Amino acid sequence: MSAVLQSSEDVLLPTRRVVTEQRVVAILVGLLCLALLVAIALPLWALLSKSFLNANGEFVGLANFARYFATPALVQSLINSVMVAGLATCIVVPLAFIYAYALTRSCIPAKGLFYALALLPIFAPSLLPALSFIYIFGNQGFLKDLLFGATIYGPIGIVMAQVFYCLPHATMILVAALALSDGRLYEAAAALGTTRWRVFLTVTLPGARYGVVSAAVVVFTLVVTDFGIPKVIGGQFAVLATDAYKQVVGQQNFSMGAVVGMVLLVPAVLAFFVEQILKRRQVALLSARAVPYSPRPERRRDTALLMFCVLVGGLVAGILGVAVWASFIKYWPYNLSLTLSNYDFAEFEPDGWQPYFNSLKMAALTALIGTPVIFLGAYLIEKVRSAVLGRFFAHFLAMLPMAVPGLVLGLGYVFFFNAPWNPLGALYGTIAVLALNSLAHFYTVAHITAVTALKQIDGEFESVSASLKVPFWTTLRRVTVPICMPSLLDIAVYLFVNAMTTVSAVIFLYGPGTKLASIAVVHMDEAGAIAAAAAMATCIVVTAIAVKLLHLLLDALLLSRLQRWRVRTG
Amino acid sequence: MSSLRFETADSAATRPAGGSAAGPSVSSHAYLVVRGLTRRFGAFTALDRIDLEVRRGEFVCFLGPSGCGKTTLLRAIAGLDRQDEGRIEIGGRDVSHAPPADRDFGIVFQSYALFPNLTVNDNVAYGLVNRRRPRAEIAARVKELLALVGLPDQGAKFPVQLSGGQQQRVALARALATSPGLLLLDEPLSALDARVRLHLREEIRALQNRLGVTTIMVTHDQEEALAMADRIVVMNHGVIEQVGTPEDIYRTPASAFVADFVGTMSFLDGKVSAPGEVRVGTRSLRVADGRAVATGYAARVGLRPEDVRVRGVRPDDENAFEAIIEDVEFLGAFCRARLVARDEPALALLADFSANLMRDVGVEVGKPLLVALPPESLRVFARSSPIAEEEAAS
Repeated sequence: MSAVLQSSEDVLLPTRRVVTEQRVVAILVGLLCLALLVAIALPLWALLSKSFLNANGEFVGLANFARYFATPALVQSLINSVMVAGLATCIVVPLAFIYAYALTRSCIPAKGLFYALALLPIFAPSLLPALSFIYIFGNQGFLKDLLFGATIYGPIGIVMAQVFYCLPHATMILVAALALSDGRLYEAAAALGTTRWRVFLTVTLPGARYGVVSAAVVVFTLVVTDFGIPKVIGGQFAVLATDAYKQVVGQQNFSMGAVVGMVLLVPAVLAFFVEQILKRRQVALLSARAVPYSPRPERRRDTALLMFCVLVGGLVAGILGVAVWASFIKYWPYNLSLTLSNYDFAEFEPDGWQPYFNSLKMAALTALIGTPVIFLGAYLIEKVRSAVLGRFFAHFLAMLPMAVPGLVLGLGYVFFFNAPWNPLGALYGTIAVLALNSLAHFYTVAHITAVTALKQIDGEFESVSASLKVPFWTTLRRVTVPICMPSLLDIAVYLFVNAMTTVSAVIFLYGPGTKLASIAVVHMDEAGAIAAAAAMATCIVVTAIAVKLLHLLLDALLLSRLQRWRVRTG
Repeated sequence: MSSLRFETADSAATRPAGGSAAGPSVSSHAYLVVRGLTRRFGAFTALDRIDLEVRRGEFVCFLGPSGCGKTTLLRAIAGLDRQDEGRIEIGGRDVSHAPPADRDFGIVFQSYALFPNLTVNDNVAYGLVNRRRPRAEIAARVKELLALVGLPDQGAKFPVQLSGGQQQRVALARALATSPGLLLLDEPLSALDARVRLHLREEIRALQNRLGVTTIMVTHDQEEALAMADRIVVMNHGVIEQVGTPEDIYRTPASAFVADFVGTMSFLDGKVSAPGEVRVGTRSLRVADGRAVATGYAARVGLRPEDVRVRGVRPDDENAFEAIIEDVEFLGAFCRARLVARDEPALALLADFSANLMRDVGVEVGKPLLVALPPESLRVFARSSPIAEEEAAS
């Protein structure tokens, strides 16, 4: 008997600490699931259920959908959205392809500069190019005559602004696709005496085709679900995104707003699945032994591509510049002298500068809370062995926002946090709910960044720690976090910049005293104070770019000082 | 070295009563016991009811081709992958369901798994810091350990500044720092250059001898296993084919698989025609090893290339016959020849000849040569699968 007691004690005593370790994991995974449920799943559920209820909250099945498709004006918006998105996609993708081709497959100078130029629009809210095009082609625009009497307030303006807004996303995808190439294929083709055009058709294009499809899908979804551009420059031309706004904010018709939200969800969900399938196929394309392709100088090609890049990059910078410039103009187009009066926001907007500081606060909150939460979540999902079901569930929820446009998520938040039964309703209209919404909206990309960084770390670190009886949180603090520091910075900056520029989700969620800068842009534009709107948009751009520059500086500092161990010094 | 507190056996509070193991000598009492261990991945059985005992202080190698289950078995012992069925005891304690941190082992991986952002000193001290020992004591211990693995002055460097072999030594020091009762090595040498590998394997063995820590090493390199292990566990398809000393494994392989995997062996298919006699084609071979197969059954006869006798063979010697040299492969210190009996093409085998012998006997492609197959060197195996027999019949 005593022997039995003895041995059971032996098992229990050293186990106690280990048990707490597993319990900590279980609690953390539970908390993560709960947070993701509240931030992502329940709002979506609220939207989904709302689309099947009438104004009195009674279940009506598909009646709302039937009414939607029986309303010609609403169906017209759907057609408009698809048309505009299709057109923008057909323009952006070839443009971005040539641009990316120049950056990866030619010997043009200043590639870094050109890449940065193409990425500039990321730091601006989508409202900004719309404002610029109003300045250029609008009723008082200096190039108005180029439109030959057509109006910029409508599909033309929307497509032009969308091209600007989507260019960085398509360029990034295509640069990645074109950079992944096996130089040996080109050597083999050259050895066989293949013409350049045929090499392009048989080697380059097939290698990049998944990138092309992926870029097209991403651009199409971005355009369909963007709210800022059609709101500012769309005029009477209705699209899905503006319909959702009108139904919910204008007419307080929540059921119909929910139906529009569900319709908006369709292209995004389709895009998500196309992406997943493509990603799976892309893997096998490049073997580990591939030799990277390095282009050789070629006068005529390089000159042509350089001119193209100068043109496109210049246009991007120019369009951004017009809004910035116009924000300093006294009275467009009659008095072009410079002034700071447009930055005196109190003249145009009851809250004055407050929206800008709200945006700063909200973006900082999103980055500061989001980064550790997302990273810890990714760590639990990727590196921990216990709590299998919980981790699987959390991973699913973390990937969900990718397929949900901001506008749809925003609608879900309205329905969820505004519901009378919800104790969290007190949060509605606060900075906290705005930050939570932004965090949820941009969760997936940040999550994937964290998971990718964690995957690159030796999978045996946790095993070694366990064998040395070191709890996982010690290894997380001493090893994993320091190694992932650059990725953590990436995530923080990504969250900050996006929270700073987003419009679509938060337009439904702000409350008295928590209006954001991007919403103030919409409001001032609506009120006709377009110069002030441009000024506020400029503030957003400058802040976002400043944060990015700070990031680059910190990164360099981190590498040279604190992360000495990365560099082989011999 | 006595200052090193590698109390591998004696410090363990969980040691079974009465087992006063003395120093590095291999105790007869089993330190690690594995019973009926099974691990499945879907339809694939990675480990099939494994039984195994490892004695205290022993150096055991798990040897087998990739996918044979050797790493799965090691990870199950460590608790890193949980088994579906079966029982594991370490030091007399049932740890079948204990998490890794609750088992007493140190582990070294093929990838080194050194923490890149910590210095060598911090890496080695990693498990010690957690035990709240005084700083000076930890520093002294780290110094001892680094001296032990032959890197006395490298403590301030980061892993990236060391060579692969040096990194693996650091990993070894880190695994030994907490004086674990069991040292697990998962292909520790596979990522290293051939010369470094050779050198480090001698050092690991010498270190293990000195510390007496019970050690299990997984390897797919038979030479490594033969050179280092007290005992080798040969695995294939999730089962243990044979457990034995390197000499046992090499001299008396339990199956054709073991014979083929460890060293080189020629195989001749035939039939046991009488006790101690196997018929290969038209010829009969005398065999001393008749235990495996009953008379009348199909058998496979194996012979190591170095066991083919050439010097002083007379035509009436046992198993002597005239062979034609079909091909000679130059392998540096010796040559490997392919021989076929002049009157029986089924009797084809490899033979190793030293450079001396090549000269003395005048081995040349196409020439006939009188050879003998010593009966005591011929191993007889059952021709295993019925399918193989069907194939042979058709």
